[in-house]
This record gives sequence, structure tokens and C-alpha cells, in this order.
Amino acid sequence: MTLRLLWMGWLFHLKTLSNSLFFVLVSVLQPVIFASIAFFMVESGSRSGTLLYVALGAGLMGIWSATLFGSGGAIQWQRWQGTLELMVGAPPPFVAVLLPLTVATATIGIYSVVATLVWGRVFFGAPLDFVHPLELAVALPATILSLGMLGLLLASTFVLYRNANAFSNLLEYPVWLATGLLVPLALLPGWVAPIGWVLSPTWGMRAIRESAFGGNPWPEIALCLGLGAVYLGLGALALGNFERLARSRATLSLT
Amino acid sequence: MPPVVEAIDLHRTYRTTTGTFRRRSLEVEAVRGVSFAIEEGELFGLLGPNGAGKTTTIKMLITLLIPTAGQALVLGHDVVDDAHWVRERIGYVFGGDRGLYERLSALDNLRYFAELYGVEPRRQRARIGELLELVGLESREKERVEGYSRGMRQRLHIARGLLHDPPVLFLDEPTIGVDPVGARELRQTIFGLKAAGKTVLLTTHYMFEADALCDRIAVVTRGKIVAEGTPRDLKARVSDGVVVEIEVYGIENGKVESLRAIDGVTSVAVEDRDQAQVVVVQAEAGREPTHDVLARLDGVSLGRVTTREPTLEDAYVALVTEEPVAVDG
Repeated sequence: MTLRLLWMGWLFHLKTLSNSLFFVLVSVLQPVIFASIAFFMVESGSRSGTLLYVALGAGLMGIWSATLFGSGGAIQWQRWQGTLELMVGAPPPFVAVLLPLTVATATIGIYSVVATLVWGRVFFGAPLDFVHPLELAVALPATILSLGMLGLLLASTFVLYRNANAFSNLLEYPVWLATGLLVPLALLPGWVAPIGWVLSPTWGMRAIRESAFGGNPWPEIALCLGLGAVYLGLGALALGNFERLARSRATLSLT
Repeated sequence: MPPVVEAIDLHRTYRTTTGTFRRRSLEVEAVRGVSFAIEEGELFGLLGPNGAGKTTTIKMLITLLIPTAGQALVLGHDVVDDAHWVRERIGYVFGGDRGLYERLSALDNLRYFAELYGVEPRRQRARIGELLELVGLESREKERVEGYSRGMRQRLHIARGLLHDPPVLFLDEPTIGVDPVGARELRQTIFGLKAAGKTVLLTTHYMFEADALCDRIAVVTRGKIVAEGTPRDLKARVSDGVVVEIEVYGIENGKVESLRAIDGVTSVAVEDRDQAQVVVVQAEAGREPTHDVLARLDGVSLGRVTTREPTLEDAYVALVTEEPVAVDG
């Protein structure tokens, strides 16, 4: 029953989010703009495969933005439209109600990947030659699932604090940097790398690049999913406490 | 048999802050010791003005707010300790526009909540069909909710609350903002729920609605129950009194307060009507307060003065505008 609830909830929230033109446009336009800037920067002296590398990086940036913006904004939006109380007041554990929503927001990030790949191919001639397409077909959903679970961990704070989603805006660029989506981690100070290791986009990005350019993506896929499981455990623990606190402090609704 | 819903000395305090630079913490007591019991199959009304504590009380009963003190039981289970158990057996409906997924259809909304409330997949289609017919939305179910009128939204709220066929229903101002015809249809639907054997707690600030629907009513004001009984009990409180209405053009608070001090006067309320105000003075049976009232309004520009028998509305106004009185049985 829980699996069915997760699946149906994911489909439901995906449909709701896809009906938001604003959310979809942001998911498409922002990564395309970043990808264009990066394409222009690397175009002249690029090595083979750099354009695809850039397109995938920009797409992953889009997935992270969608997760961050979606998870924070979605909780606030649910609160504003009066459905957060209905979600909390439903019989299943709140984590089983909320997880489909945060995974759906991460899934909307697929628009970003598709947009940057198509944009790169059409306007910059980026080759779409993936060495391991089957592995890619696993790595991308694994990354999205893991980011959805990271979104759940973040969303748990958004349930308790009415304005916590403002904090989410601060997390967009640092995570892009720390996970190597924007620039290779080798170019950054050494202390940044350990931060990236505990963030699943780092391993998701590596798994996707290994799949695209040749290599063994499975260890990275496993790490990405393993971190996702840790986020899920922490998120479930936090949600249990924060839900009770929210009922105690009366922060589930606007009034 | 134990009551289906029981509130025992419920209290709820909210913390809020004021000021921008010098922030001060304030405590607001929204509910101050509310107790009542609802028997199986009963339609019980919580009646009171805006801000009386009705919604806060209902939110504690449906597990969305934790009481600051006191206890609430539904079907004999504590709403804080057994929240999950209680949630499976209750349905609730909030009044107003909110609480629906606007960008999706009524059908999508109901399918999702059917999943949340564990309606068996093979039963979902038939159950949703039954409820759409019950609330009269069967031909509009595929339209997006954002295009619905307030009455249609309210009916969809009721369908959502009934999906899992709960034995206990909490309806928080379900007819608020709905046009008269739509409100009448909603009241018929609510009456049908009682006929189907549901135990219903209804909050409203419409006296006539509580009178028409409820077996018993508790009048709440300033977070406390000031009277409880059948609609007939409440009417009896004022049926042998007298009401004087005086049209005035500008009246100070001090004058209004002075009217309360007249011997035999039980309540004084001021209502705005067009360009004037109307002072409504209720007095005990056998009193004729008109002379004293007019004497104390000396210097105020007066219009028409009428004396009439009290109505149920007057009973309600008296209860919510005066200091709390002893609770009736």
C-alpha cells in the first residue's frame, strides 16, 4: 500500500508541478542560460566531449535548483493553499506523504537536462554520443531519487519554519560549487571536496559523466543511492519531530 | 456508551510577536477551558463569532494542533497520543477557498486523497462517483478546480472529507461565503450525513444554520463556552424578555456602557445600518427599559425607537456580547 501511495503521490505531484508554467519555465530557462555561457567559454579551445560535459553539468544544476526551489517552495505553497494541514492530517506517516512531492520536484529537473542537451546540440553542435546509454538510464533516475531524498531532508525544516524557504535560496550556488557541477572540484580549495562527498549530486554527476564518456559508473551510482538512503533516514527522523513541533507551535497553516 | 467526541477542559495558547525592531513576544489564549461531549449520531454545533476559538477547538480535535492543556478524545482515543488511529476514522472539512489543488481537476483531487486515506483501489472509482453525485459535481469533475465557484469548492471539500466513509465528521464553517441557494444545498447535504448515522461537529457563526441543523449547540465566545443546550433551550433563555431598538446618529462608547448599568438590562449591542447605528437593548421579562435608555442617551441624535419581542438571534447576540454566564444543561 505504501509503495502504491509513493507511486501515485509522485504522479500526482508531477502533474501538479508540470501544470505550473512558471516552475517549468524556470527549470528550462535557467540551465539553458548557464549552459550557453559555459558553451561560449569553452567553445574555442575545447577538447573532445567538453561541450557534452558542459551540457550535462548545466542540466544537473537545473535538477538541483528544481529540487531546492521545489521542495522549499512546494511546502510554502502547500501551506499557502491550505493543503499542508491535509497532508499532515492524513493517516499515513508524513514522510510517505511528503517524499513523493520532493522526488517529483527533483524529477521536474529532467526538463533541465533535456533542455540543455537539445540546446547544446542545436546551437553549439554538442555531440550526444553516450558511451554507456544503459548505465546513463540508471544513473539519471538514481540521481533524481537521491536528490528527492535530499529535498525531503530540507523540506522537513520548511514544515516547521514558515519562512525557511528563503534560506533555500542561499544553498543554490554553494552546492553547485561544492559538487563540481559548475567547475571541476580540482580547481577549488582542498577543504571544499569533503563537503562535496556528503552531497549526492557530486556522485550523481560523476555517475552520469562516467556513463556518458566511458568508465564504470556503478560505484558512484551506489554512493549516490546510499547517501539518498541516509538523507531519507535523517529526513524521516526530522519530520517526525518537526511535525509534532509544528502542531505544537501552530505553524502548519498561515493563520 | 462513551461519547464519540469529548473535549475536557481544552486550552490552547498561541505565541506571537509584535514590532519590527523591538520585537515583543505575546501570548494569546484562543481557547480557555472548553468542555463538551458529543454522542453517537448527534449533530453538535459550535456557534460563535469570528475569533471565538471554534476553529482552534476543531483543529485540536482533528489532531492538527496540540492542546496547551486539557484532553480531547475521539471514539475514546486521545487525539495527541493516538493521532494516527484517530486520523483514520475522522473526516474534516474547512470552509473557504483553500485546501484544494487548484491546477488539477476535482477528479484528480479526489483520486489523490482517496490514496491518502487508504480507499481500496478497486473501490475508488465507484466511491468517487457516488460522492460526486452526492455533492452534485458529477458533470464538472474533469474541470480544473481554479475555475470553480466557492459553492462548488465547498461541495468538493465535503466529498473529500467523506472519501473513506468516516464515522465522525468535523465541518468548520462549511457554508461561509457561499450564496444563499448554494448554502441551502450544502445544509441539505449536511442533514443527509446526520440521517446516514454520522456523528457531526459543525462550527458556524450563523444562528439560523445551527438552529436548522443541530441537535445541540454550544455557544463559544472569547475561547469559552457560555451556553450549551438544544436550540429550544437557547431560545427559552430570552423568549420572555423584551428588546428595544433605538436608531442613533453617532454614539460614544461611554454612553453604550452606561446603558449596560440599567437595572434589568441583560445585553447591549450596536449595529451599523446604512448611515445610522442601531442600539439593541435586551431586558428581562417584565421590565420596560425604554424610558431609562432614552434618559441615558440624552444629547445623542436619535431616530426611530421600537420595542419588540426577542428572537433567537437576540439570544445569540446576548450570549456573545455579554460577560460569560453559568452554563445551562
